[in-house]
Amino acid sequence: MQQIINFILRNKNFLLFFLLFGISLLFTIQSHSYHKSKFINSANFLTGGVYNSINNISQYFSLKSQNKLLAEENKTLRLLLQNANVQVDSVFIDTISFKTPYRFYTANIIKNTYSLTDNYLTINKGTIDSVKQDFGVISSKGIIGIVDKTGGGFSTVISILNTTSKISAQLKKSNHFGTLTWNGKSPEITQLIDIPKIAPVAKGDTIITSGRSSIFPKGIPVGIIDSFELDQAENYYEINVKLFNDMTNIEHVYIIENINSGEINSLFDE
Amino acid sequence: MNSIFSIHTIRFISLVMLQVIILNHINFLGYINPYIYILFIALFPISTNRIVLILLSFLIGITIDLFLDSGGIHAGASVLIAYARPVILKASFGAIYEHQSIKFNTVDFGSKLTYFTLLTITHHLVLFSLEIFSISKILLVLRKTLFSSIFTILLSIIVTIIFSRKSK
Repeated sequence: MQQIINFILRNKNFLLFFLLFGISLLFTIQSHSYHKSKFINSANFLTGGVYNSINNISQYFSLKSQNKLLAEENKTLRLLLQNANVQVDSVFIDTISFKTPYRFYTANIIKNTYSLTDNYLTINKGTIDSVKQDFGVISSKGIIGIVDKTGGGFSTVISILNTTSKISAQLKKSNHFGTLTWNGKSPEITQLIDIPKIAPVAKGDTIITSGRSSIFPKGIPVGIIDSFELDQAENYYEINVKLFNDMTNIEHVYIIENINSGEINSLFDE
Repeated sequence: MNSIFSIHTIRFISLVMLQVIILNHINFLGYINPYIYILFIALFPISTNRIVLILLSFLIGITIDLFLDSGGIHAGASVLIAYARPVILKASFGAIYEHQSIKFNTVDFGSKLTYFTLLTITHHLVLFSLEIFSISKILLVLRKTLFSSIFTILLSIIVTIIFSRKSK
């Protein structure tokens, strides 16, 4: 017994180092797997509060470009409104139970990274605003990511610039679909894999979300094809997609809630 | 003791804030950021108990991780250099270290540069290996380590020169 205590006392530095290094390694491994519960995230009161107050100041510097983006979006929405052929094919008794499957919330990005291999954003909406895990996040130009952890007034978002992020996407002109991933290199280019060889792929084609997952509705723009090649087995294309979004300059985003997602996911669980 | 304690508290908070508010947003050439918070570990008094240093390194690392959503990569790298610091001190300062009498203001520039370089490169190598976490991307790890280290060392030297008190 005496010897064990002596051993611990003699090696206390190393043991403490070993313990703390082990804890850090555990956190690191957890952060590399998708949606594992982890304690170290920036959706808490302290970091969210700090980022919020920094953002209150720094948002003034990008007011002009953000205004321009919002004005552009207004223009497209106005165009849609003018040209919409509203066809009423069913009558709703009251407007409250109006059955649209998607609900939108607005949010501001208060922290954005794009230089790491696993990037996360922090937004200023949380459980108080009924934001939950697996809600989609888009901007006026295209997709941004998926809500990961939610705190009281803040949430973290897995950016599409994250090597663990996998989002279903498809070609706009045909229904061939694949998975959108990122190889960690350029914040402008993401990779679309698993597009079958027979798909008509051409440079400059538009990529949109496929609506096959319960997170994003179909047709959210992603980007255009920058270059493509067949993979080693020569069965699937690996496509480099140039994003519509400038991921280095985003401020105002929309959170999408799919009201039917619970029902869809319960079908898969059975 | 009290004044030393408060100096290190202020240094801790100001380095974390500097890192989070400014330095994480530099992204020079797309991905190069300096990680200057390791100055806290580098300049920690040598006579203090090693256990305190290891615990405080873990604390500063995990604080940075909290802000960056990066799991435990900064905590791991910081704890490692805190544990390895005596070896690095011995390698860069040699005999003076044996007498436990190093004052970081008074040592000559060359050995100080060696000390910062060794510490920074060890830290960044572990940091980026943990961040990228894949052997097949070893070149990316080395490239990030090299460029970020240069940036960090330059900035550390500048900061220590600016904030050093002249010995009378």
